[in-house]
Amino acid sequence: MNMSMTKEKPSDMLIDEKKPGKKTKSHSPLIEALWRMRKNRIAVVGLIIILVFTIMAVFAPLLAPYDPLDQSLYDKLKPPAWLEGGGWKNPLGTDDFGRDIFSRLIYGARISMMVGFISVGIAFFVGTFLGAVSGYYRGITDTIIMRFIDMLLSFPYFLLAMVLMTILGPSLNNAMIAIGIVTIPRFARVVRGSVLDEYSKDYVQGARALGAGDARLIFFHILPNCMAPLIVQCTLGFGEAILECAALSFIGLGAQPPEPEWGAMLAQARALILRAWWVITFPGIMILLAVLGFNMLGDGLRDALDPKLRD
Amino acid sequence: MFPTMFGVSVLIFFMIQLIPGDPALLILGERATESSLKAVRINMGLDKPLHVQYGKFMYKLVQGDLGDSFRSNEPVTKEIAIFFPATIELSLVAIIIASFVGMVAGVISATKQYSIFDYSSMVFSIMGISMPIFWLGLIFILIFSVHLGWLPISGRLSAHMEVELVTGFVLLDSLITKNWAAFRDAFWHILLPGFTLSTIPMALVARITRSSMLEVLRQDYIRTANAKGLSPLVVHYKHALRNALIPIVTVIGLSFGILMGGAVLTETVFAWPGMGLWILNGVYSRDYNVVQGGVLLIAFIFILVNTVVDILYVWINPRIRVN
Repeated sequence: MNMSMTKEKPSDMLIDEKKPGKKTKSHSPLIEALWRMRKNRIAVVGLIIILVFTIMAVFAPLLAPYDPLDQSLYDKLKPPAWLEGGGWKNPLGTDDFGRDIFSRLIYGARISMMVGFISVGIAFFVGTFLGAVSGYYRGITDTIIMRFIDMLLSFPYFLLAMVLMTILGPSLNNAMIAIGIVTIPRFARVVRGSVLDEYSKDYVQGARALGAGDARLIFFHILPNCMAPLIVQCTLGFGEAILECAALSFIGLGAQPPEPEWGAMLAQARALILRAWWVITFPGIMILLAVLGFNMLGDGLRDALDPKLRD
Repeated sequence: MFPTMFGVSVLIFFMIQLIPGDPALLILGERATESSLKAVRINMGLDKPLHVQYGKFMYKLVQGDLGDSFRSNEPVTKEIAIFFPATIELSLVAIIIASFVGMVAGVISATKQYSIFDYSSMVFSIMGISMPIFWLGLIFILIFSVHLGWLPISGRLSAHMEVELVTGFVLLDSLITKNWAAFRDAFWHILLPGFTLSTIPMALVARITRSSMLEVLRQDYIRTANAKGLSPLVVHYKHALRNALIPIVTVIGLSFGILMGGAVLTETVFAWPGMGLWILNGVYSRDYNVVQGGVLLIAFIFILVNTVVDILYVWINPRIRVN
């Protein structure tokens, strides 16, 4: 999606660099990309959405009027404030245990952000390690690792997560691990491709000539130069992890009630579809918005970091 | 293709072994005596080393035997024959909706770049790939079934309808047997789940069609086609789309994996009696043979679809064949 891509020169800062006699300052490709991205409205909106969810997650106890687990059996299934029977005491209504939906949604942001961090963290570290080793050593190591990765990729993503959940047992922590594992192949492939590209470049050979060992070459010289596609992958992966975790919770394999996880909230609300539309509607909107934010930012970052699209 | 299939079968077999719990205990129940448990283990070959068990599993697999379901005591293959057509029918409807709507939206977006239609279709498509489809299904039920009362809430057919099964595909069977009432009923039943399941592939197809068409439309032969006075419809859909098709076909092929994952969720929401729901029930009740057989079949089909996509490339683009 490059429709609102900036078409001007990437940045004024870079033009300054070319002036003779002026002290040059190098900018990392990431900063350059972020600079280019500021004109991409879709990406900026994505970033704002993510910031809002981050604030919700961090300050949940301050923002939420009630404890997400507090039940109030006198206030069961109260409609949202703007409907008859609702009140500003529970702005988005209550569920069938009289729990405040607004508070549960805010605490849900906390769970979803944590899911994103941990799942993507697992995939990032393991995937990057496997991909880097594969691309650096090539030969038989590469063949073994990549065959295994290809095998994992020949499963539908969600089905593999389901099988892993059967092994690990249903819980939020295990869902994060399972989602992390099924995301490893993507990171490994991206990193392997980038490492293969970088490997033959002069700076790597230079560092090797200076006596750098394999580990130093991989982690301090090659990997920092492979970060661009990894950052895109992390952003998109974050959104996907939130979505998959909600889906696993929805079918009862992820977060368990009464945890205020959005997918688990939907699973419980299913039975109320004929009676209380608000219990079903709001958690889904939260999932959609959170995932949308990460996808919008990820798309924008990809456009901004893609060398082919640069001026 | 075959080495991957072999690898996948090994992986699934060992993953299933990792599932905690004792199959013998599952079959006999908590009150079973140690000696009867032992007898079942020996009978099932669970006392043998893993590689022997795997050999036996493969030996049976090539003969089309996936073992019996612990719950129903029926052969897994027999159950697959019941549930598989329902999922394939649903997936086919979803992929047809997704390809058609996605491609048309993508072509219009590309030919009218930066128009209102382009922007809204791109906004819809990014929403589509971010969509929790299990929620969308519930919202569809809420709107079209509960409030408007237009479409049925769940299942493949109304309770009073009966279709003589020939292929297992209800839509097709009702056509074959000229049972028009059942066909109409099945059609109304498949609409909501079909649309729900098509959301993500539709968005992906629209996005890739747009970007692929934008590349093709810049080429000289399109200018020539326009210059010689062909109608825009012919230029866009016959000349341009055909050459933009390779990435689109890849996405449609890859969508199959997404559909199979999505099928679990869609089938859960709409109580659609297909493979997804069947495997999920297998997961709940730790019915190893069902999970193993179901996942294996879907993984094999996934690999097969990817191979077919590779073959389709050659058909779509004869240049690949020449090279």
